[in-house]
Amino acid sequence: MNEIETHYFDVLIIGAGGAGLRAAVEASAMGAKTAVVCKSLLGKAHTVMAEGGVAAAMGNVWPEDNWKVHFRDTMRGGKMLNNWRMAQLHAQESPDRVLELEEWGALFDRTPDGRILQRDFGGHRYARLAHVGDRTGLELLRTLQHRSVDQDIEVFMECKIFRLLTDESGKVNGALGLWRENGKFIAFGAKSVIICSGGVGKTWKITSNSWESTGDGQALALWAGADLIDMEFLQFHPTGMIWPPSARGLLVTEAVRGDGGILKNKDQVRFMFNYIPEFYAKETADTIEEGDQWYGNKKDFRRPPELLPRDEVARAINSEVKAGRGSPHGGVYLDIYSRRTPEDIQKRLPSMYHQFKELADVDITKEPMEIGPTCHYIMGGIRVDADTAATTVEGLFAAGEAAGGMHGANRLGGNSLSDLLVFGRRAGKSAAEYASEHQGDAQLNMSLISDYSKHALSFFDKENGLNPYSLHHELQDTMQSLVGIIRTESELLEAKERLSVLKEKLQDISVEGNRQFNPGWHLALDLQSMLDVATCTTLSAIERKESRGGHTRDDYPQSDHDYFGKINMITKQGNDEITLRKEDLPIMPDELKILFEEGK
Amino acid sequence: MEEQDKTDNSVDVEQGNNPKKITVSIWRGNSDGGQFVDYVLDYIEGEVMLDVVHRVQSEQVPDLGVRWNCKAGKCGSCSSEINGKPSLMCMTRMSTLDISRPITVSPMRTFPIIKDLVTDVSFNFEVAKKIPALKLKAREKDGTYRMQQADIERGQEFRKCIECFLCQNVCHVIRDHEENKTAFAGPRFLMRIAELEMHPLDTLDRRRYAFDAMGLGYCNITKCCTEVCPEHIHITDNALIPLKERVVDARFDPVAKLGRTILRKPKPTPASEIAKLTPAGKANAKSD
Repeated sequence: MNEIETHYFDVLIIGAGGAGLRAAVEASAMGAKTAVVCKSLLGKAHTVMAEGGVAAAMGNVWPEDNWKVHFRDTMRGGKMLNNWRMAQLHAQESPDRVLELEEWGALFDRTPDGRILQRDFGGHRYARLAHVGDRTGLELLRTLQHRSVDQDIEVFMECKIFRLLTDESGKVNGALGLWRENGKFIAFGAKSVIICSGGVGKTWKITSNSWESTGDGQALALWAGADLIDMEFLQFHPTGMIWPPSARGLLVTEAVRGDGGILKNKDQVRFMFNYIPEFYAKETADTIEEGDQWYGNKKDFRRPPELLPRDEVARAINSEVKAGRGSPHGGVYLDIYSRRTPEDIQKRLPSMYHQFKELADVDITKEPMEIGPTCHYIMGGIRVDADTAATTVEGLFAAGEAAGGMHGANRLGGNSLSDLLVFGRRAGKSAAEYASEHQGDAQLNMSLISDYSKHALSFFDKENGLNPYSLHHELQDTMQSLVGIIRTESELLEAKERLSVLKEKLQDISVEGNRQFNPGWHLALDLQSMLDVATCTTLSAIERKESRGGHTRDDYPQSDHDYFGKINMITKQGNDEITLRKEDLPIMPDELKILFEEGK
Repeated sequence: MEEQDKTDNSVDVEQGNNPKKITVSIWRGNSDGGQFVDYVLDYIEGEVMLDVVHRVQSEQVPDLGVRWNCKAGKCGSCSSEINGKPSLMCMTRMSTLDISRPITVSPMRTFPIIKDLVTDVSFNFEVAKKIPALKLKAREKDGTYRMQQADIERGQEFRKCIECFLCQNVCHVIRDHEENKTAFAGPRFLMRIAELEMHPLDTLDRRRYAFDAMGLGYCNITKCCTEVCPEHIHITDNALIPLKERVVDARFDPVAKLGRTILRKPKPTPASEIAKLTPAGKANAKSD
């Protein structure tokens, strides 16, 4: 094969979203020669879609807030399945990560005394989300982008990594990718690699995720021999757009509810009061009057049920629609117009106003939004060590949505931006330290590179084969209908069967055209990731015979705290197939356990 | 890499027995040349231009080159020219276009073509390296930075920018004058300078730099940039004109000079000093 373009770095980061850029900034600041590779242009990552804010117990609005309360909220939101150490580090470190962004240029909304303003969100006891209107993710990403440019970090844009490279001991020492622009291959040698490639949403039909969210990082790690953890936990965000059809799935920020928005069914009933689970009954208002007073007085009143964690709200909406009380297009109503003045709405939710006005011709200051659940986030991911973000494979690290454990069975809104800052930084630091302990450039295995490249090109060999877009639609239909919000054994088994059929069909795909910017080819490569990662989700979902957070089983509607509440599902690539095993959840130390007793 | 869900029911419900057809004329080719190619499709109620392009891609031309990400007007990837008008494909509803005749979709004209609707926008990423970063004054004693909401709102407006580069594309200084690209940063990056200049806690003076190194003087405030901004940022009125005024203060105005003396503001910093602080400047210094 021809000479392949090759670059050597200390730390190679796959993904240029918030986690990737925060990792890059840290690794580079520590003196590591650092590069970032991303599938899109710099600054376009899915992080820009995060709207509501970044959760950090700074106590600017409610001095009562501190990391212990945030930790407790996070664990409870995750249905106690979170890796306790990750949740602890996250709650402790996020305030510093936010302040640091401010130093790098982020302009968060302010309190009257000039500090960073914080807003309410579901599952957070106090107003805790630092924000910029409803475009916080963009602010965060742009700030990190500017910071990485200033640190002269090399960025390889529109370059897709499709395999990790390993040495004979199995240690990761680089990655193989292709330039989307011309289809030429590019190899990276690296002393350590960090996966920050985000989520898997594009495997489902109705999703808030962009085309990039194809589970690449989870698959790369899997193929390199790493463990994935709790892949059954998917977050269906309760409020996605459902009309017009082309906008279906687009996110409607939780900040609408944080700022006073309420949910109603077609009979104008605030139905969430009928769905308050026992677990949250003590901290949730049971009358409309109490819920409304909470916005101004959090000490004496309890929060309205619209601000229950996302899994609860998504299930409730699902039930209302199933019971025939849905809106004309099969969702429910989200009403902010009757709750806040038009000026307030435009000021606090400008991009929601814009999005509905331009895409649906709906004026949210005058009428309700029609919304329904949309596949939004995967709590599961690459298994990492809490302190170092190291995966179970030597030389490989992971952070952000691609990593698992932090959020347990369900993620609270606002905790993803803080997650990627806290663990992006930790991953960057650990990977740079790891690199500094290893001298000399990686010795890349050229025959591995040659094999992988040939395989990537094999899609061009066939003629009149399957269209990659059709296969993708089939996959999305399968996951949407069989591994969606509500699951059941027979459907999950059918999904498993269908996935193996789809995997065979993948061999029959043919790609038209040439290697120059060819989305059909790129999709064919992405499908390899999506299929394997979807299999991990399905296998884990079959084995978890209980309902918990982002995994609801119709046939096992209760949580099983004695057994499954103490178990993580681990998936791993075996010789021929993906295998699953159960492992005990790490045990929380007593000094943290008492935090949960106090609250009861 | 293809369209968001385009629910099946929309087809039956909206089209009934009388499916309307649309013709889109998409520019296809690469740096060697190309031409418009017509594609005929069903009209589906509620779609945006990007949906239509995606349908062409998944049903007729699998290798059609097009950039997109969020499909919600938040990432600025799907910039193109629709019937000659610089627009985001994801925010252009088909119902706002005249579908009785072919709708043209072409790549942004100011940037070199890579393939089909994909252009080489690397110019913008190079310019970004010429921006001197923020340099804040020290924190308050309690470890915080204090800023009033009113003082950051202008900066927040500029930070709504999604870097779609439509303003760069439409700006006549570079749209028809490739040769100006070396001297002129374009509206997006002059606005970034304005944003840094207006940051309440920043300590650098980039006014001379904006004029001498970023080509602020080339801008003759025709407001083309403002007109195409999908985020409705008042680029000309709120960023470029105030920046020009500040630069005038810094360069020529004796009254401003007096004001500087009274306010004990230092003299404007020479552009060459600021240039050393930019990522590009630092990289040069390293290689020297």
